Amino acid sequence: MEKFILKYFTLIRTLIAILVGIIISVVLIYIISDMPAYSVRQFLLGPLLSRGRFANVIENASPMIFCGVAIAIAFQAKQFNIGAEGALFLSAAVGTAFAVSTGMPTVLHIILVLLVAGATGAIWGFIPGILKAKWGASELVASLMMNYIAYFGGLYIINSHFRDKDAGFLVSLRLPETAWLPQFMPGTRLHLGIFLAFIFAFLGYYFLYHTTSGYEIRTTGNNQKFARFSGINVVKVVILAQVLSGMIAGIGGMTEIMGIHRRFNWQMSPGYGWDGVIVAIIGRNHPILIIFAAFFLSYLRVGGQILNLMADVPSELVLVIQSVIIILITAEAFLSTWKNKITIKEAERVEVANESVAQ
Amino acid sequence: MNPLLSSIFSTGFAFAILRVMTPLLFPALGVAVSELAGSVNIALEGIMLISAFFGVIVSAFTGSLFLALIAGLAAGILMGALLAYFHLKMKADIILGAIALNMFAAGMTIFLLFLFTGDKGSTSSLQSLVFPEIDIPLLKSIPVIGEIFSGHNVLTYVSLLAVPFFYVLMFKTPLGLRIRAVGQNPHAAESVGINVDRIKLYALMLSGMFGAFGGLYLSMGYVSWFSRDMTAGRGFIAIAAATLGGNMPVGILLSSLLFGFVNSIAIYIASLNVPSELIQMIPYLVTLIALAVFAIRAQRKRDKVGEVLEHFDPEAVKAVVKDVIETEGDI
Repeated sequence: MEKFILKYFTLIRTLIAILVGIIISVVLIYIISDMPAYSVRQFLLGPLLSRGRFANVIENASPMIFCGVAIAIAFQAKQFNIGAEGALFLSAAVGTAFAVSTGMPTVLHIILVLLVAGATGAIWGFIPGILKAKWGASELVASLMMNYIAYFGGLYIINSHFRDKDAGFLVSLRLPETAWLPQFMPGTRLHLGIFLAFIFAFLGYYFLYHTTSGYEIRTTGNNQKFARFSGINVVKVVILAQVLSGMIAGIGGMTEIMGIHRRFNWQMSPGYGWDGVIVAIIGRNHPILIIFAAFFLSYLRVGGQILNLMADVPSELVLVIQSVIIILITAEAFLSTWKNKITIKEAERVEVANESVAQ
Repeated sequence: MNPLLSSIFSTGFAFAILRVMTPLLFPALGVAVSELAGSVNIALEGIMLISAFFGVIVSAFTGSLFLALIAGLAAGILMGALLAYFHLKMKADIILGAIALNMFAAGMTIFLLFLFTGDKGSTSSLQSLVFPEIDIPLLKSIPVIGEIFSGHNVLTYVSLLAVPFFYVLMFKTPLGLRIRAVGQNPHAAESVGINVDRIKLYALMLSGMFGAFGGLYLSMGYVSWFSRDMTAGRGFIAIAAATLGGNMPVGILLSSLLFGFVNSIAIYIASLNVPSELIQMIPYLVTLIALAVFAIRAQRKRDKVGEVLEHFDPEAVKAVVKDVIETEGDI
């Protein structure tokens, strides 16, 4: 038993954090709601109760996976990149501009548009990356500034040059059909992007855990001094992590436009970059676990929306749960005494066993 | 004269800049305190929101401006202490902890708002108080200057006074010295007997206090109600303002004025068919460039010291170190 707990300690710890978050949410619902049992049921089971809602869960998970993987690659190198949001926004705007101004056969068009969006994101990651790696400028502040520049820049591109003047609101021209990612289930908005998200998660996993560059990124993140002394080019590694991060976020943003909206319709930043941070934390920066984390977060969100519509509880409840879960997962001290106790117990047991063998 | 120019050169516009600057200057000072302590606080967004909320709620339910002030400040300082607790005791990363606190504040204020008023949007149904606007006796009668600087909310004057307060606190008191020592080199600070964790706690509480003033101004001066997410990213813009101001008081005042100017001008420009997005982008671009320039200069200094140390010559080392200390304050 102790062995099992020690082996899967981080996973158990994450699950306990999630459980605590959900218990708190149930308590809050009981405080605020006039029909608490119904509300709790709607919140926890609501997303499963109809096909459309469950489709929503999958739909929303897609950009979260992209951004989660993007953030995880940067986090693994210990780069606090919160620039996924900006990379996503600007890449979607530039990608839209490219898609609207070009025409070619469909598959080629899709690939080229994604490449343009990915390249835009990569450039967006490169700037904070090189500022940090070469001169030690805070990547946190730099990527925050890049977010704002991307936001205003993206809006400028769309509103001043690619705006659909016939539409009653601020949106871009429609993408040509050749650049649409096909939706595959009638009655829902599920589109090919979710499979692209899975592919990028697997690629991210393979890259981080089965290639030399990935190993270098993880080593640099664990201990930069050690990495430097063992001959890793830390400057190159940090920049690479940021570039890949921006690229993946950019592609993720573009798939949303190509799969769901088919035109650039964001006047506010959609917030997927921040969701990516949450998902990366819950998934412990592991791309495969991030898929599960994204589904979990997306499920909570849809549950929150249902709660808002069907019951008398504001959907912002989800924000409170998220914050509790993040704190518990990132707080190293959470459950550490428990772990220490178990470790000691296990050590004592092994010792006793050894002694009895010796006798 | 061009209508844009004439409105920019009006006293009303200058007055508006000070109004818009106030909720940026407070949190920017808050960010700077935490930066100087070496634990950057990106939770100002959430801190302002919580303080804005409790100020309004307490003023509505007690009818006392003083109690509202105390409640708002207490809430902000508590948030700072909470961040310090997560960071120092629970060993959570301070950036992730702050992100969680921001989320917590956004969610919890709406949740409590709903609990208190039954409304998910704002407290417009409550009769809450605002901080008074003050006419400054002599200044008021001076033309132009009086129109710009007199008649502001009392918290706008507090924010201007906070700048010299910040200077004295950080550069002329033992606490300020300790905070900066901890920020520059925690190990060295510890070796001379400074309790690093406690100093960081104080710094984050101070940071929360500055943020609290910003939040109180938003809901009880700038407007007279609390509405969801009313900070609208000001806590993050404050990070930009603090960075651009080099974490120094006068610099922060100037950078907050710049951000105030650009945000005010955007409102005028929007009506003029000029792409306002590009204007609004400028301060962030300037901040990014400033960040790069600061970093490159600091790196050059470090390289210079390293170079001299390589061909060790005590006199040359002393000269370079002295030069660096005089211009930078630290290496």
